Amino acid sequence: MLRVYWLEAKSEFFKLARMKVYATSTLLFPLMFYAFFGLGMGTQQQTGSMTMAKYLLATYGAFAIVAATLYSFGIGVAVERGLGWLDVKRASPMPPAAYFIAKAAVAMAFGAIVVAMLFTLGAAFGGVRMPATQWLSLGGALVAGAIPFCALGLAIGNFAGPNSAPATVNIIYMPLAFCAGLWIPFDFLPPAVQHIAPALPTWHFGQIALAMLGAPTHGTVLEHAGALFGFGLIFAGIAWIGNSRDRDRVCG
Amino acid sequence: MPVAELKFVTKRYGPIDALRGVNLTIQPGELLALLGPNGAGKTTAVRILLGLTQPDSGHATIFDRAPGSHAAKLRRGALLQVAKVPETLKVREHIELFSAYYPKPLPLAETLEAAGLTGIENRLFGDLSGGQKQRVLFALALCGNPDLLFLDEPTVGLDVEARRALWTRIRAFVARGGSVLLTTHYLEEAEALANRIAVINQGRIVALGSPAEIKAGAAQNNLEDAFLELTKQEVY
Repeated sequence: MLRVYWLEAKSEFFKLARMKVYATSTLLFPLMFYAFFGLGMGTQQQTGSMTMAKYLLATYGAFAIVAATLYSFGIGVAVERGLGWLDVKRASPMPPAAYFIAKAAVAMAFGAIVVAMLFTLGAAFGGVRMPATQWLSLGGALVAGAIPFCALGLAIGNFAGPNSAPATVNIIYMPLAFCAGLWIPFDFLPPAVQHIAPALPTWHFGQIALAMLGAPTHGTVLEHAGALFGFGLIFAGIAWIGNSRDRDRVCG
Repeated sequence: MPVAELKFVTKRYGPIDALRGVNLTIQPGELLALLGPNGAGKTTAVRILLGLTQPDSGHATIFDRAPGSHAAKLRRGALLQVAKVPETLKVREHIELFSAYYPKPLPLAETLEAAGLTGIENRLFGDLSGGQKQRVLFALALCGNPDLLFLDEPTVGLDVEARRALWTRIRAFVARGGSVLLTTHYLEEAEALANRIAVINQGRIVALGSPAEIKAGAAQNNLEDAFLELTKQEVY
């Protein structure tokens, strides 16, 4: 029985790893942005008590996780659901949970790989130095934070059409990343954007990651974790509605 | 006992009556062709028998169980019309995954052989020809060693050679004692493969019998004329 879950995850992993679009969107963009902003501009510049290279490691790590989950779930589910592949799976004796568990595990694995690459860049070229426990707690918080975004991706995937899903994901996740201070430090954002940031799940996620570095944050880790949990429930609910709505669609 | 059964099944999609009181049984070891023009309700009937769509009224069973139940799924396989199959997986990877869903699947080599995929098992799905892609879907339906196969327009869009090749694979499955529900709008395909043909039009079964009986019933000496005769009538 465990073998099914293992094979499902393995298939999902290779399926995505061999897709150039997925690899570039999830690997290249976060690494490139971090190289520009974190390394190019920021080894000297201070944000509070730390270099930009260190500070942005947390926020680009969060950005990488959000990208990995939304692309895998949002686009993956929309395409497989909308173009009939999910029906083939549903008609088979696949354990229904295997599909989602495999997708979540693989999105987290890809996220973890990008985070490890960001860490390597930061340590090798950004002069970032931390105790091992802090590297681990930041990495752990980032990977665990993938869960509510898997739910958001599933909600998008259950509503978006197979052709419009990539655009939908981009329209949703780019503002989510920017307005939460994942690209540019939160304190540099226009005040209007700072006001709406607490309404975004990405902001809470970024704040948790920054707290792992000991950077100054707004509110406690527990509050942010609670907010993310709430967002996760809402997204899961929306995904569930989308799924039930989808069950009986027209077919000849 | 029939291996699959629809009893007085109706299904509406908004203003469209997809099925209007359909009765249909598939007997052990037979290949039943559900023949009809596009939009006649063939795919809806298959989806109900697979538990993918719920009927508005009436009753569907597979091996006396609910179509969506795990017990029913273990004894059947399905080749559905899919617009896009994940293309970056190898043939072997697709089959190994689906085989793992079943307690007693066919060995990989046997599935590859039965579907005519031996030698291309390490190719990516996206690199295959149309006929090869259909044979992979056939392999996924077959790999669990099912007693019943659902083939929803399995040869649509294939060239003559690829179509004949798949016919041979389907006949081999029936020869080993398997039952098949095949939907098609190719008369030639129904006549070549089926023990019995159910002609469906506008959501109703309008004729049922052996290919010879269908022709006789419509007083036509070829199936194409019989089919046109049967499906032209208005049911309103």
